[in-house]
Amino acid sequence: MSKYLIDKFLYTIDRDPDLVERYRADPAGTVTWWEAERAGLILNCPAPERSTWLNFTDAERQALTTHDYVALLEFGAHNFLVLTLFIALFERDYEEPLAFQREFAGRLSHWTLPYPDIAT
Amino acid sequence: MATVAAVIASTHHPFYYRASTATGSDRPPFADEWVAKIESFRQTLTRARPDVLVMVGSDHFHQLWLDNMPQFLIGKAPFYDANFYNEEREFGLPRLLLRGDEELSAYLLRTGIDAGFDLAFSNELRVDHSITCPIITLRPEADLPIVPVYTNIFAPPMPQPARFVQLGQAIRAMIEAWPSDKRVAVIGTGHLSLELGGPRQFGPHGPDPEFDRKAVEWIASGDLKSALAEVSLDSLWQPGNATHGFMDFLLMMGVAGAGVAADYTDSLDLFHTMEAYFTWYPAHPAGVAGAEAP
Repeated sequence: MSKYLIDKFLYTIDRDPDLVERYRADPAGTVTWWEAERAGLILNCPAPERSTWLNFTDAERQALTTHDYVALLEFGAHNFLVLTLFIALFERDYEEPLAFQREFAGRLSHWTLPYPDIAT
Repeated sequence: MATVAAVIASTHHPFYYRASTATGSDRPPFADEWVAKIESFRQTLTRARPDVLVMVGSDHFHQLWLDNMPQFLIGKAPFYDANFYNEEREFGLPRLLLRGDEELSAYLLRTGIDAGFDLAFSNELRVDHSITCPIITLRPEADLPIVPVYTNIFAPPMPQPARFVQLGQAIRAMIEAWPSDKRVAVIGTGHLSLELGGPRQFGPHGPDPEFDRKAVEWIASGDLKSALAEVSLDSLWQPGNATHGFMDFLLMMGVAGAGVAADYTDSLDLFHTMEAYFTWYPAHPAGVAGAEAP
């Protein structure tokens, strides 16, 4: 399991307006491209010094490809990163303010404490 | 020596800016009461006549990332650009440019490290809404130099709650020993019970009103003993999965001093989270009225 890499995907997509739109429109293509081209980039190092060992599991790749935020959270992805990016992706599709956020909460209503461990 | 002119602890609610500036049908029904409370709270800083603001907050995965995560970091730069694209996107927050006080930054880093806190530093720090929300609420002119102090309340493993208190106590002692005639306000923001990305998020109140009631009482009365007896890194998951932000309140209780009641306390029960506002006047123990004296 690679919680860190899921978090890195969410973080690097969320901070780039073009990538937010690309991930919304083409999640499968964006995940494939990102895993091949961006997963190994250390953010404060030049590209040739990239990491060589980072990959998603099949289940993680599937969850990212299907925008399945419940699964991502249950893998232990960071709750703040998931919420922030998915608000950017889908809040616009809901008419009422906070309707997306409340639906998000409802889809987690089966959770009991303790929640999935977000430690990386 | 420098004067600690005010110690201010507050929640930081990124929706305040949008709510307070909205008009017509866009203006939420709670906005007027919220603005009135903020304007009253703002007066508690204005009355203290600060020259410089030490601002305690926490980066929300903006500049700081999991490949190199500091526990406590002090900015040392002449300027701080502020707010990020995703904060403009979600909260409508404006971009700001804040001046820094490099002399005080350097002093706090040197004396803090010598006091046993292995502080990280940054010479190029873009601060986020944990710093800009209290600028917007308490000093919207954004005209005073700042020293940002970032804490990790976000990415486990985090420091223990008691360590936040110790750092707050050290900041108070270091400022009071600073050879300067400046009046320093220490402003820190955190959270009461809060849930983000969980089933209890965005409810009609904060996720744990009972925790909020106790927390407000601890802060208002300076009851660090009870707070530290009840709060642990494990327990803070219970009131809401983003409640570790309460540790920044603990830090500010350390700045204010154990057993020292706040001179000003207010709160506002909002959807999603409870707002809470506290001010201490160490230089004028008589309280708010005393702080108005020249």
